[in-house]
Amino acid sequence: MITISLNTLVLLSTALFAIGFLGVLLRKNTLIIYMSLEIMLVAAILALVVFSRFNGTMDGNVFVFFILTVAAAEVAVGLAIIVALFRKRVTIEVDELNALKH
Amino acid sequence: MLDTLFITFATFALLFALGAVLSPNAINAALCFLLCLVSVAGLFVLLEAYLLAVLLVLVYAGAVVALFLFIIMLLDLKEVSAWKLRGVSALASVAGAGLLVAGVLAVATRGQLDSLPLAAMPALGADLKAYAHALFTTYLLPVQLMGFLLLIAMLGVIVLSKKFTADAAGVAAGDGSAAQANLGAAASTLEEARK
Repeated sequence: MITISLNTLVLLSTALFAIGFLGVLLRKNTLIIYMSLEIMLVAAILALVVFSRFNGTMDGNVFVFFILTVAAAEVAVGLAIIVALFRKRVTIEVDELNALKH
Repeated sequence: MLDTLFITFATFALLFALGAVLSPNAINAALCFLLCLVSVAGLFVLLEAYLLAVLLVLVYAGAVVALFLFIIMLLDLKEVSAWKLRGVSALASVAGAGLLVAGVLAVATRGQLDSLPLAAMPALGADLKAYAHALFTTYLLPVQLMGFLLLIAMLGVIVLSKKFTADAAGVAAGDGSAAQANLGAAASTLEEARK
């Protein structure tokens, strides 16, 4: 049987979240930033499933179900926004999208 | 045996997440993200949440990554700007991520998250019936709202991806308001159906 503890798995999901967090803040390409956001979402999903499994409850699993739905809708809308942005500005690098900066 | 699998999937998930975040090539990043998702799905299988593992592969690895690859090809992104560690904001982000991991590490090593061993807990997530029961009793309203959210997202994407050229702007705006009117009509029909 599995001897991996709750602590290890929560640490794993935290590490995944931190990697996504760094990606959002260090990368300058909108698509990569968006992908890093998805990694953060997956880390949160992993934490929910782990806590649900170790506490013998069902609510975390059901929440993952809803998060998957919301993530699918969010990705569709976000990528449509990125394409619209590219069509208007011909770039998706955040450094060049500085209309509100000056 | 299961522990070895756990460690393998966990290592793969972390490595491929790093690859997705650090890769200067957009296609490589998307494929690393795909492998990271498959590793997480493997972890779900080991945690006996079989339905969620299948859904993660179908929805994320199937639909979302395919959409990402599609957009990368559509925008023709070959090399994107690489990551760089410069400036105050980079320092602050690294410090923030480090603090996050350190905080959870401190809580975890002091044993404040201790729980019973996995064998002592019932694997509720393995049972499809448990999901159906929860979704159609306790979470019935959220399920309905999800359906509505998906409808609105679909309409939003259609409106967003319409072409707004100078000569077609009036027509496109007209279509947009027509779509909104349709949405309003759909909402009012739904309200009547509820009553």
